[in-house]
Amino acid sequence: METILTINNLTKKFGYLTAVKDLSFTINKGNVYGILGPNGSGKSTTLGIVLNVVNKTSGDFSWFEGQTTTHDALKKVGAIIENPNFYPYMSAYQNLKLVCRIKGVDYSKIDEKLEIVGLLDRKNSKFSNFSLGMKQRLAIASALLNDPEILILDEPTNGLDPQGIHQIRSLIKQIASEGTTILLASHLLDEVEKVCSHVVVLRKGEKLYSGRVDEMISSHGFFELKSVQHETLISFLQNNPDFISVKEEGELITAFLNEPMDASTFNKLMFEKGITLSHLVMRKESLEEQFLKLTDNN
Amino acid sequence: MLRLVNLELQKLLLNRASKVLIFISFILPFTVLILSSIKINFFGFFTLELGELGIFNFPIIWHITTFFASYFKLFFAIVVVSMIGNEYSNKTIKQNLIDGLSKKEFILSKFYTIVFFSLLATVLIAIGSFCIGLYYSSYTEASIIFSETEFLLAYFVKLVGFFSLCLFFGMLVKRSAFALAFLFLLYIFEWIVFGVAVKVFNLDMAWKIKNFLPLESMYNLINQPFQRVVMSKYPEKIDMAYDYAVHWYELVIVLGWTAVFIFLSYRLLKQRDL
Repeated sequence: METILTINNLTKKFGYLTAVKDLSFTINKGNVYGILGPNGSGKSTTLGIVLNVVNKTSGDFSWFEGQTTTHDALKKVGAIIENPNFYPYMSAYQNLKLVCRIKGVDYSKIDEKLEIVGLLDRKNSKFSNFSLGMKQRLAIASALLNDPEILILDEPTNGLDPQGIHQIRSLIKQIASEGTTILLASHLLDEVEKVCSHVVVLRKGEKLYSGRVDEMISSHGFFELKSVQHETLISFLQNNPDFISVKEEGELITAFLNEPMDASTFNKLMFEKGITLSHLVMRKESLEEQFLKLTDNN
Repeated sequence: MLRLVNLELQKLLLNRASKVLIFISFILPFTVLILSSIKINFFGFFTLELGELGIFNFPIIWHITTFFASYFKLFFAIVVVSMIGNEYSNKTIKQNLIDGLSKKEFILSKFYTIVFFSLLATVLIAIGSFCIGLYYSSYTEASIIFSETEFLLAYFVKLVGFFSLCLFFGMLVKRSAFALAFLFLLYIFEWIVFGVAVKVFNLDMAWKIKNFLPLESMYNLINQPFQRVVMSKYPEKIDMAYDYAVHWYELVIVLGWTAVFIFLSYRLLKQRDL
């Protein structure tokens, strides 16, 4: 598989504070990656380093298997960091024209990309008159100008209203479906869960997990149960090796699975034991629960 | 190189404030030059015609026009510091780098633009002085017309040097207004150095030291022409004689400072986390 970005033992210190600590991971072509972490976990710093605006303290990174210099590689990358930064006195079109000049892209791309983000009819309006959602969409258009090999987005939905968030997300999904590699940094878990196939979890600059999203949610799930034969059910579950633990919350019993088992098998088992259930739901842990588990326990 | 200049020109010319300042810094000295060359009649009492004073004679006109025009560089200096200040306040410097401009290219695009405008200013002054000179000058032989055109070179180097200094201050403090304040501080600092040098050494030595400092070395490129005008009227006053010529070492000092300022700007940007 073609490698787009390799990061090896990257470290960044701001004085006494270590923002990124010995971080390593690889970005392969065609996947959608998420970098997850609470605020201040080093997501933006990591992106800043690979985007040539923050100096690393030690370690190294290479774009496209190290065949080009970083600033040449960045011409094949589309990136937006935090807030959209443009010249307020220029129109949308003029701002994109400037980006074309930097990246060495033909001006004909401008209208095409403005169309994708739905700003074509506002192309001659000044950037300073745009709403935050429009600014963010213009930033995406600008990042797409060079038909990038990889699109890097840092908190793209930060500060947007629900409608804006929805627009940006569907835009990201649309871009991903066209085969563009995406690296999305976010602290919004459902965002990453909905969009990404792979995830890197950071906490205080350290990598806690990297791999597929569905493998991160590694547990076999749990049953939520209710029954009139409360005590019998609990003692059965506690003595059954298929379950790791059992929790009680009033009438509701939560039983965590040790091995895969589907709901109908379980129901049959209960029936054989003579226990009748009034409530049976099988659920998997969400990324959020998994993420909190990862970031809290360490 | 053309790409980098185009890039910067787009940033400047679409900004109304810098467009006005650029216009002023180029058109104003030109207008003053033309106005001063026409005959002004004060209500029939007397006429003032600066041309009569002989200041528009070749070759002294090169000296006079470049000396006065260089005061208008302050307008463009505001443009230079604000073109750095704006990049920081809009955070577009970060976006430029992310878009694939290297830090070196960023500084070079500013420097090339400085060189471009300095060249433009020099050419405009050269054409203006040439035309006025042809009209007024008592001497019109080619050898006299083109003598002392080294003042034009000095003017060009002076502008490039001064704007590079502004660029450096802009990079250093990131704010336009503070950068201009720094220019003023540097001016005071040079006089303090001078004062200390007078105490430690002597007046002669102090001047020699001050001549190496950035602002003084730029000023020195084109010395004041008043004494020279007086001298041309009263050639018998030998004690007024002074060295007003453009010397190669003066050019070298300013070019040296230019290189230092551009290099330091680059170093600053390279080491900075944006």
